[in-house]
Amino acid sequence: MEQTQQAKRAIPRLWGGLVDWVDDRFPATETWNYHLAKYYAPKNHNFWYLMGWLAMVILVNQLLTGIWLTMSYVPSGDGAFASVEYIMRDVEFGWLLRYLHSTGASAFFLIVYLHMFRGLMYGSYRKPRELLWLIGMAIYLVLMAEGFFGYLLPWGNMSYWAAQVIVSLFGAIPYIGPDLMEWIRGDFLVSEITLNRFFALHVVALPLALVGLVFIHIVALHHVGSTAPDGADIKKHKDATGKPLDGIPFWPYTVTHDVHATVVFLFIFCAAVFYAPEMGGYFLEKPNFEMANPLKTPEHIVPVWYYTPFYAMLRAATYPLFGVPAKFWGLVVMFGAIAIPALLPWLDRSPVASIRSKALASKWMLGLFVVSFLILGYLGITPPSPVATAAAQICTVLYFAYFVLMPWYTRVEKTKPPPDRVTMR
Amino acid sequence: MSTESAVGGETPSAALSPANRQRRYFLIAATATVGGVGAVGAAIPFVQSWMPSAKARAAGAPVTLDIGKLRPGEMLGPIPAWRGKPVFVVRRSDEALERLQQANPNLADPESGNPEMQPDYARNPWRSRRPEIGIYLGLCTHLGCSPKFYGMVQPESFDANWQGGFFCPCHGSRFDLAGRVVKAVPAPDNLEVPPYRFASENTVVIGEDEETA
Repeated sequence: MEQTQQAKRAIPRLWGGLVDWVDDRFPATETWNYHLAKYYAPKNHNFWYLMGWLAMVILVNQLLTGIWLTMSYVPSGDGAFASVEYIMRDVEFGWLLRYLHSTGASAFFLIVYLHMFRGLMYGSYRKPRELLWLIGMAIYLVLMAEGFFGYLLPWGNMSYWAAQVIVSLFGAIPYIGPDLMEWIRGDFLVSEITLNRFFALHVVALPLALVGLVFIHIVALHHVGSTAPDGADIKKHKDATGKPLDGIPFWPYTVTHDVHATVVFLFIFCAAVFYAPEMGGYFLEKPNFEMANPLKTPEHIVPVWYYTPFYAMLRAATYPLFGVPAKFWGLVVMFGAIAIPALLPWLDRSPVASIRSKALASKWMLGLFVVSFLILGYLGITPPSPVATAAAQICTVLYFAYFVLMPWYTRVEKTKPPPDRVTMR
Repeated sequence: MSTESAVGGETPSAALSPANRQRRYFLIAATATVGGVGAVGAAIPFVQSWMPSAKARAAGAPVTLDIGKLRPGEMLGPIPAWRGKPVFVVRRSDEALERLQQANPNLADPESGNPEMQPDYARNPWRSRRPEIGIYLGLCTHLGCSPKFYGMVQPESFDANWQGGFFCPCHGSRFDLAGRVVKAVPAPDNLEVPPYRFASENTVVIGEDEETA
């Protein structure tokens, strides 16, 4: 009896000794507490706050399946397309690894768009979270580049012509454009040389940048803390020990509820992977089942769905201005549309953060912004026509109006004060 | 006190004599400048290695085509011709040549005003050396898709009054049989004319002319 009691105490003692030994040499407990056990999030976090966690889950999926795909993929003009077929047909579970990766790319963008929309709704970009928002924008840019470079790798005909079109965009830059295009491609046309460098960027350079940026995104988040959906500040009310009264520690509470969300998410994700990996041509486009052919443009070139809003804006620019051709302005509009959210911390002049405290003007503008973004996404998939172009032009104006008019409409509208304590809505 | 400890805050610049502070700024600026030049120099091989390699440039050598079997109204190609870019070779009928000479208000640049889009010998209504043979790079000047050849004068889905030419399916740009771009389409320029020369009656060398040979 006495001996079992002693044995029971021995294990915690041994563990405690190990932890002390490590803590003297590495800030293990300190890091655990700072980032997990004593990191407090508002207890009224809702659906929208799951997206950051889910983005991490999908990032791990992309890294893991990506490394495994690299083991069977051959980045050469003759070998690339054949090696993807080899992965799909001959490699054990190769089809699953590839579908997890290709569906994962679409899921990543879906989650990131929802994550960014949360930021717009609840003012997550506002002081003191400006830098957090800018790091997030950098992640978004790297992610777009990562998707673009990865899309060439299967060396299908849509891969090829999408790369050709996007690289040609840079040809619109006055003076340096044509040389810049040759420099990006390393050839007079998209070729195996281009494929090789895109492969290097896709599997080494950008993943490193992405992981690094995600790391500092989290460091910045844990320094300033999460917003609450109602705009309440949990740091204002703390108990005698300094714990926020309206916060719950990340470990184990937020983790539990994030894991629950992960299970639900994986059900939906796996349904797509197993039953609709091509998603009717939206995740994997039909012309891409044919090998790259520099002489045959597919009937209808469209980017993957997550780029289509910006592609529609690119096509919407049809007027030459100041003696510079319209295609240059298309480039400016497209990159402007991608970059302009970075200015949000300084465009929003409202005294309140959350959309719940803002008035009708902000709600309408956000609503119009979302609707125009969705319509642009649809227009980017449809073939060009005069009606579609006119619609895209209107939506492009609405898209930019959300940002450009923000300093005005956020200042003049009548806002409600944010709640002092979090509300469980 | 040594000057290196400034980073640690032991000797803030304010505590230094003005002469020493100036020396420190000078040393910092000089070191940063030399380091910056070194960084730019070190970047050169990385940037340069992205330029087309010797192999890629060699693969872009001129190509020779036999056009003996090309009949009026037809197009040879697209062929993987010059520098891997599709090249369109068309033989135009007499009626088509006549149409090309008529003033056309729908064209954005009927006189081939942009000198970068063709060699001087192709600055004429046909944009070619011989009126009947037209040679163009088959890449749309908008975003580099390859346009399709619609040689017949007949109503097409994209233009009810089509006079024959090229249509780009990507973004709807249209060009006439001399590769001249129509107004109010996304493409800003006429199709590019590569340098070329006729080696004999029925042999054309693309990628080379009297100037570049």
